[in-house]
Amino acid sequence: MSTQSGLFAIIGKEFRRFFTDRRIVFTTVLLPGLMIYLIYSVMGNALQDMMVIDEEYQPVLYAVNLPDSLAGAFSSIGIDFEQVEPGRIDAIRADITDKKADLLIVFPADFDERVGRQLSGEQGVDPPRIEIFFNSTRTESAYQYQVMRVLLDQYKTALAPLFAVNAGSDSSMDTGGAGAGSSSGAGEEVDDPASGELPSYDLATQEDAAGFMFASLLPMFIMVFLFSGCMSVAPESIAGEKERGTIATMLVTPLARWELALGKIISLACIALLSGLSSFLGVMLSLPKLIGDATDELVGPVLYVLSDYLLILAVILSTVLLFVGVISLLSAVARTIKEATTYITPLMLVVLMISAMGVFAQGAAENYLFYLIPAYNSVQSMVGVFSFSYNPACILITVGANLAYTGICVAVLTWMFGNEKVVFTK
Amino acid sequence: MSDLVQVQGLRKTFKLSAKQRKLENTKQTLKVAVNDLSLTARKGEIYGLLGPNGAGKTTVLRMLATLIKPDAGEAWVDGYSIISDPEKVRASIGFLTSELKLEEFFSPDYLFDFFSQLHKVPTDVSIRRKAELFARFGIDEFAGVKVANLSSGMKQKASLAISIVHDPDIVIFDEPTNGLDVITARVVTNYLEELRDQGKTIILSTHIFSLVEKLCDRVGIIIEGRMVAEGSLQEITGGEDLEERFFDLYSASVGEVV
Ligand SMILES: Nc1ncnc2c1ncn2[C@@H]1O[C@H](COP(=O)(O)OP(=O)(O)O)[C@@H](O)[C@H]1O
Ligand SMILES: [Mg+2]
Repeated sequence: MSTQSGLFAIIGKEFRRFFTDRRIVFTTVLLPGLMIYLIYSVMGNALQDMMVIDEEYQPVLYAVNLPDSLAGAFSSIGIDFEQVEPGRIDAIRADITDKKADLLIVFPADFDERVGRQLSGEQGVDPPRIEIFFNSTRTESAYQYQVMRVLLDQYKTALAPLFAVNAGSDSSMDTGGAGAGSSSGAGEEVDDPASGELPSYDLATQEDAAGFMFASLLPMFIMVFLFSGCMSVAPESIAGEKERGTIATMLVTPLARWELALGKIISLACIALLSGLSSFLGVMLSLPKLIGDATDELVGPVLYVLSDYLLILAVILSTVLLFVGVISLLSAVARTIKEATTYITPLMLVVLMISAMGVFAQGAAENYLFYLIPAYNSVQSMVGVFSFSYNPACILITVGANLAYTGICVAVLTWMFGNEKVVFTK
Repeated sequence: MSDLVQVQGLRKTFKLSAKQRKLENTKQTLKVAVNDLSLTARKGEIYGLLGPNGAGKTTVLRMLATLIKPDAGEAWVDGYSIISDPEKVRASIGFLTSELKLEEFFSPDYLFDFFSQLHKVPTDVSIRRKAELFARFGIDEFAGVKVANLSSGMKQKASLAISIVHDPDIVIFDEPTNGLDVITARVVTNYLEELRDQGKTIILSTHIFSLVEKLCDRVGIIIEGRMVAEGSLQEITGGEDLEERFFDLYSASVGEVV
């Protein structure tokens, strides 16, 4: 007989307990997804009027000192600015606050000239500063801001190669490099490659906007659903068995305590994962309704590649293991399922808070130490992947840390199952 | 070696919670449940641990089953130390009490297989044993029924069968007839005699004199955690009534006449 037969027996028993009970399968796997889908669909319909960006909608956009180099590029992709004098800036900012205008972009008067001087390698030129005013509480305005930022970022990165080419080339590029004095000349040189690559800019825009949406919404949802998935199975299986006196029956066999601890955690994690997956599907299916039809096309999961999904899966798996581990410990301390629930509920709030912090922190953190903080690390990793700006090392640290913490939980649970005070509390 | 179970100077103290102190009406925070207790059970005998409620019988048996650890003392079960070799000890005993429950969701059939796995019984052996034991206790008809839907007598018989899936040489039984109807109690006591006739060693605890008189070859009388007398039934009673002898011992050790 293999030495692990006890471990497999425990896993087999937990699965049998779960999957042959239609009521439990329904309440832990089907119900969460269904409920979320129904609630969010209703909520989505109610929110629709507020959230939807009408496809016909013409954003109200103002620009001050819009440089020639950019005006053409913007209008060729259908972004039309009303050009205004600097004197109207304050009035337009007030309009944006009042949601009468969507966005105001202010360039320095000598933008093209300063860019040109920088490109030609001149020392001591202040990089020109662009200001964008928008209103984050207005969907259309926030959306235009995202578009604008991405376009300008792309423009900036497009300029660097141009400069490099200039430096090593002798043909027409010369004009671009030397054209500091002639703003129209420089403008044309800059403009050309930009418009030539516009389709790819367009794609990038969509990807980033979708990433922004995903990054801001999903990780928190996922964490909460995973946690409640774990919470719906672990207390019943551990505190419940204690309460009913069935755990002691297993403890009088030669079954090793670690086999019981690890077997419980592995099987509960699998079941909790199913429950979390169901919630996740519920969100995914109702998301289009929730954030409106117009952005629907943007939020295509199509944009993510296989490796993104695998990374998310690894983060989710390790998170579920950790959650099950911690919840199992609390359930082992408790004498009854009810007592376990009272211990776990505050923890749920902590996870919720940490997840919210992870979501509202701007982008994914860069300091590796952040990825050692349980829950926060998972949220930040997911934010990173969803917003296309992850560092593989951070995700590795996250998954590694979560697995290490789970290992600690298994060790403590093993010790607890061997401790008479835990098993026989009077 | 014929002394299959040897207990030497076992001691177990429990910390009493505030709630328990109130319940037992005492100010002490420590309760000595078992105090310097020794006993010996030989191969092929039924050993009865006789004592009133709260004497410490369950605590002794739980220490033998390695579910709880003694503060002091040592015991050897089938030659294995309960302190240094608990898994070997658990492999050589079948332990049964009404507190150890079967999961109500499963059928006796599945639970027998599950516990056979935990005891690492080879599948072919376990199939044969299941057929034998289920037929012996009349469980075969109900083998596929969830434990939740079995009568309490049937539950007890299923528990008994499942506690000995691995055909242990030593069976430890805490209050074997407690809460059973007369018929099931009879089935259980008959089976314990059958096990003894097969050469197994049985240790049971009880507060019922007639059960000891009917079943046990040797007796240990335990009062307030101490072993006050041990020997064959004949040695203890000297031909007198067991109940009379017990109350003599009780008065002598507790210091009050009942
Ligand atoms: N886990 C425990 N915590 C505190 N006190 C206990 C515990 N288990 C038993 N006791 C106490 O130890 C004493 C002996 O109990 P027990 O062994 O169950 O007696 P018996 O089985 O002979 O009735 C009792 O006073 C009981 O209250
Ligand atoms: Mg007892």
